[in-house]
Amino acid sequence: MCLAVPGKIISISGDEPLTKIAKVDFAGIRKDVSIAYVPEAKVGDYVIVHVGFALSVIDEKEANEVFEYLKEFDELDELERKEKNTE
Amino acid sequence: MKYLEEYRDADLSKRLLNAIKKITTKNWTIMEVCGGQTHSIVKFGIDELLPGEITLVHGPGCPVCVTPLEQIDKAIEIASKQDVIFCSFGDMLRVPGSEKDLLTVKADDGNVKIVYSPLDALKIAKDNQDKEVVFFAVGFETTAPANAMAVYQAHDQNIKNFSVLTSHVLVPPAIEAILSSENNRVQAFLAAGHVCTIMGFEEYEPIVKKYNAPIVVTGFEPVDILQGIYMCVKQLEEGRAESENAYSRVVSQKGNESAKNIIREVFKVVPRKWRGIGEIPRSGLGLCDKYKEYDAERKFGMVDYTKDESTKCISGLILQGVKKPSECSVFGIECTPEHPLGATMVSSEGACAAYYRYRDIKKNV
Repeated sequence: MCLAVPGKIISISGDEPLTKIAKVDFAGIRKDVSIAYVPEAKVGDYVIVHVGFALSVIDEKEANEVFEYLKEFDELDELERKEKNTE
Repeated sequence: MKYLEEYRDADLSKRLLNAIKKITTKNWTIMEVCGGQTHSIVKFGIDELLPGEITLVHGPGCPVCVTPLEQIDKAIEIASKQDVIFCSFGDMLRVPGSEKDLLTVKADDGNVKIVYSPLDALKIAKDNQDKEVVFFAVGFETTAPANAMAVYQAHDQNIKNFSVLTSHVLVPPAIEAILSSENNRVQAFLAAGHVCTIMGFEEYEPIVKKYNAPIVVTGFEPVDILQGIYMCVKQLEEGRAESENAYSRVVSQKGNESAKNIIREVFKVVPRKWRGIGEIPRSGLGLCDKYKEYDAERKFGMVDYTKDESTKCISGLILQGVKKPSECSVFGIECTPEHPLGATMVSSEGACAAYYRYRDIKKNV
């Protein structure tokens, strides 16, 4: 039940913070989602959605972190290879 | 699909696996808490690809699996009543009660409706004023804000024909129960990523310190899980014990404050029975006094009903990580997804269902 899926906010409607609804696109499927818990969310943001509620806005910078992380592994591997070749 | 497929990349996964292999020098036992993580691990074969020194143990993070037998019986009793519309998340329908499941009640003309969101159940109450609408409020902290919102709005809009049958559970007490148990072999945890979008991960700090066990907040896709495992193993190999975040694209240390506020407004911490494990103190959520008129157990006079569980199903041992589904004598024989004996075979996040679906374990028919 911790299944939550990322989707893109297409539009937002409603004035009251607790009843604001966003139309969220999940690769073609669109659903109405409550954004009561992500008041900062804007159109174009990606959110993680669980049982009809957006729980968090996806941070693009943090999302790319793992790829940066892995680049460091590559650089270390490269360094090791170079050291081995010079032995 | 953005923010999904990139984290299923085979090449990235291989590189993380190599990185894990490089740093592993000793045997380590790591538990992934969430059923969604178990499914990903079994589906993508992550446990089979890891170096032999690393053992992954499947945790109790499947709210469907740990809903106690008596709550299922209460649900069935309420759902069988004439003027009730019983609403539930789909995966609760086939969890076996003492005699039958909710799907049987539905098949026998009971008014049982599958809903996607608790707000759908509230809408059904508004549209059916002559009926009592009851929602089966099951879940971990991830689902608590949604369930709380339904009760909050019902109270705010003075909707009288709505109530919730609560069976909420909390993760940190379960982790502590596992770490403090006599036969515990778990040395580190992959914390449930979506629970942490709500709660953050501050509450793991005292557990990490007390038991000297690393806890890494981890997502659900293969790259996420491998990154979480890498960070766990690195800590273990270096003799460190800290809470770290490998799911920072959606989890912050403090979590979601507005969601936590509404949980605190509507719910209070209570002792909770976990199916197959028993009662863990302060491990559940129940409605606050302010919202007690929305408690279905009070409305239908079921507060005192209790039920002991049968011994054939070993889901309790599986949920604690003591046994694997393949070690169960009735797995795949008497117990299958079509005829489940326990919740771990029913739930889409249950370890037994994952093994049945994704592993080629010989089944005698």
